[in-house]
Amino acid sequence: MSAPFHFVRTPIDAGLLRATLADPACGGYAAFEGWVRDHNEGQRVRHLEYEAYESLAVREAERIIAEAVARFGVSHAACAHRVGDLAVGELAVWVGVSAPHRDEAFRACRYIIDEIKHRLPIWKKEHYQNGDSGWVNCERCAAPAHDHEPGHARLATRS
Amino acid sequence: MSAPLYGLVLTGGRSTRMGQDKAALRVNGRTQLEHALALLAPHVARAFVSVRADQRADPLRAGFEQIEDGRAGLGPIAGILAAQERYPDSAWLVLACDLPLLDAATLEFLLRARAPERLATAYRSSHDHLPEPLCAVYEPASHAALAAYVAGGRNCPRKFLMGADVHLLDEPNPRALDNTNTPEEYAAAMSMMGEAASAPSRRVTVQYFALLREQAGLGTESLVTAARTPRELYAELAHRYPFTLDPAVLRVAINSEFGDWSAPLSDGDAIVFIPPVAGG
Repeated sequence: MSAPFHFVRTPIDAGLLRATLADPACGGYAAFEGWVRDHNEGQRVRHLEYEAYESLAVREAERIIAEAVARFGVSHAACAHRVGDLAVGELAVWVGVSAPHRDEAFRACRYIIDEIKHRLPIWKKEHYQNGDSGWVNCERCAAPAHDHEPGHARLATRS
Repeated sequence: MSAPLYGLVLTGGRSTRMGQDKAALRVNGRTQLEHALALLAPHVARAFVSVRADQRADPLRAGFEQIEDGRAGLGPIAGILAAQERYPDSAWLVLACDLPLLDAATLEFLLRARAPERLATAYRSSHDHLPEPLCAVYEPASHAALAAYVAGGRNCPRKFLMGADVHLLDEPNPRALDNTNTPEEYAAAMSMMGEAASAPSRRVTVQYFALLREQAGLGTESLVTAARTPRELYAELAHRYPFTLDPAVLRVAINSEFGDWSAPLSDGDAIVFIPPVAGG
């Protein structure tokens, strides 16, 4: 079987990935596709950029998939994630699971996508129609920027 | 294209308050002069010792290439001018000989930030925020301004830098430029070094992603740090770069595995600070 998780720089071929999970002992197959949406939090999204710390992300994703297989007793599971620039409507992430029965396939698929979102070092930069851009989940926990001169100590008083 | 870099250690001071030759005081088993020259060596094509005429034959100074400062009574600025006159096409990395806490990381950071199109690159003192003239790079173009300044009857290199087109940086290590003019200051520095000796500096690689990559302005760097843990390293880097993310929202990875903020750093470690993620 091919690697259970990989990063992809070109459009994800879900049909090809689905075929890697085929197994005569499996009666159920569940998949999740994450697509690039044209809006987020009131902003019109023009395109997205995904960046990943790939060596750690691959290890962590393989752990997640192994957890899902062990916890739900599914037969096969796989996941692919895009990095680089993506247009609205493109497939950003794909998760597929095959199992003897549908219930464990659904649950394992849900588990994998939820854990992937929370645990993998992957970042998403949204570029908006109005020309702004921002790293999702990073901008709101940031203090307002004062100046960008190198050496300016903003966090120096924290330890 | 930047000018070739030569090094100059200033040893012509009278050491009046110290009561003995500061260049000969010992730091980590060698003289302060040797300490300064060793720090310069990896960065400069040639290194010189700035001396007064009556110090030329002094055994401590005799073994090194010397540049005599010909203007008695002017202080360190005379040494800088004399070096520029001897090699006008070189830039000069100038160091005082009484900086026992100066570390490789501080010099490395200064040289990485060097702005050859300005007259000089120097640190802002962590004590009074004024320029530190005696751990600085003077570009060839600074010579005319410096000579005019001295011709005008002034000789304070700090005030010269305050009025000149100088690239100023914050010190990555706020004690690195503490100078030692008195026996008490020297004793305090030696005591600090005793503490530092149990936590020597190490070379680590830091890789930046997403918002941190944009704020650092680079994807990866190798640096020498005295930080003992990822927490101390992030605090040091946040001093250098305009990071907006509080460490409380970050995770840290050491050698491609999630790690602990208080894990001891080792030489050769690869560190990644992980901003809030948004995959899927």
